[in-house]
Amino acid sequence: MATAMPVSFEVNGKQVTVEVEPRMTLVDCLRYQLRLTGTHVGCEHGVCGACTILVDGEAVRACLMLAVQAEGCKVITIEGLSNDEALTPLQASFRRHHAVQCGFCTPGMITTAHALLSEEPDCDADRVREVLSGNICRCTGYISIVEAVLDARSAYRKPETLP
Amino acid sequence: MKLPAFDYACPATLAEAVALLASRDEAKALAGGQSLVPMMAFRVASPSLLVDLRKLSELRQITIDTSCVRLGAMVRWRDIEDDARLVVAHPLLKAAVSHVAHYQVRNRGTVGGSIAHADPAAEMPGIAVTCDAEIAVVGAAGSRIIRADDFFIAPLVTALAADEIVVEVRLPTWPAQRRWGFREFSRRRGDFAMAAAAVFYDVDAAGQAHNAHIGAIGVGDRPVRLTAAEAEVNGNIVDATISERAGAAASAAVDPQSDIHASSAYRKSLIGTMVERALQDASAVKAA
Repeated sequence: MATAMPVSFEVNGKQVTVEVEPRMTLVDCLRYQLRLTGTHVGCEHGVCGACTILVDGEAVRACLMLAVQAEGCKVITIEGLSNDEALTPLQASFRRHHAVQCGFCTPGMITTAHALLSEEPDCDADRVREVLSGNICRCTGYISIVEAVLDARSAYRKPETLP
Repeated sequence: MKLPAFDYACPATLAEAVALLASRDEAKALAGGQSLVPMMAFRVASPSLLVDLRKLSELRQITIDTSCVRLGAMVRWRDIEDDARLVVAHPLLKAAVSHVAHYQVRNRGTVGGSIAHADPAAEMPGIAVTCDAEIAVVGAAGSRIIRADDFFIAPLVTALAADEIVVEVRLPTWPAQRRWGFREFSRRRGDFAMAAAAVFYDVDAAGQAHNAHIGAIGVGDRPVRLTAAEAEVNGNIVDATISERAGAAASAAVDPQSDIHASSAYRKSLIGTMVERALQDASAVKAA
């Protein structure tokens, strides 16, 4: 049973086709088959948030999605957020606020915050805390992470039209 | 750990999905996967075949008509959160759903998945029981309607046959003047409830409550209505004293299990507090 099946989807703007067993989660497919190891695997059962990626623009836990379910989807991983060596405003804000210690949770924090700010660039600190409550960080105590996300909001706001 | 091996099918029609479920022992429907996949990671569930319902777009509708609010089985928490009509059409549902899981899970977790999973600490089964919901299912033998009260049997055990799929949850229409409250306690926002109370009642011209519905989540092996607490509310003007009495009746009516998260005595006390506070919210709230 359970022979490998072909799955085609878009990752960071590139169309890919992989052969996966149905039991393979999307995060394992990204890491082991596509060598996109920026997405981390923590708990493997959907409580830590380290594996958060964007699927069709929405933040999802890649350990709770099967690779075969990604057929036809647009996937963006942490690697896809910055197009080149330069840091995005959100990444720069994490650096500025020392919102990174060991770095294990960081890709999940950034993808989650990116999804939030893309939709709600005017969110307040309570909303940031609520959304990040699904991402576990064992180093920072979260305060610097929340500050970094709040500070990056301006980069996500549409430029105001001058009168 | 890694998931056990299984076969996978992604049918384009409901009929095909039912046929696939009936074709194999231990076949299981996959909705959002936010409960089933963790269970498989723990090897608590090892289905032989997963039948993915994601192509069944007809199950993604939220329909509000004169008799009920119909939630398609594949409606996600996110969809309920985003639907502005529900602020008036079913504020209790909207409030309860705001407590379901975390941001990422809310983008995939579904109404039908939660109902079929039947976790006693989950919000959606609790709302279904509190609100006298009807659960529409389709199986190899045809379709049927199951009352929420008859649907939930024990933790993770429902009246659903192996080849049946939940297609819709129907919540009876919500009158504009109805009073309601929802209170939940968990250590971290989005975690499972240690106890939660969903309450509503209607008020007559004299300000007296009738048609009280008080549901308890996370304090038994399935969500339950607390009729003793409802009796304290019916016929009275809901104030601090009545809320307290109903809370005490709620505590007395349940016999929760102790587990790693909370002792039985703590949960018993907690449900009383949740019911009391939810009733206070209800009496304070003007219609939405």
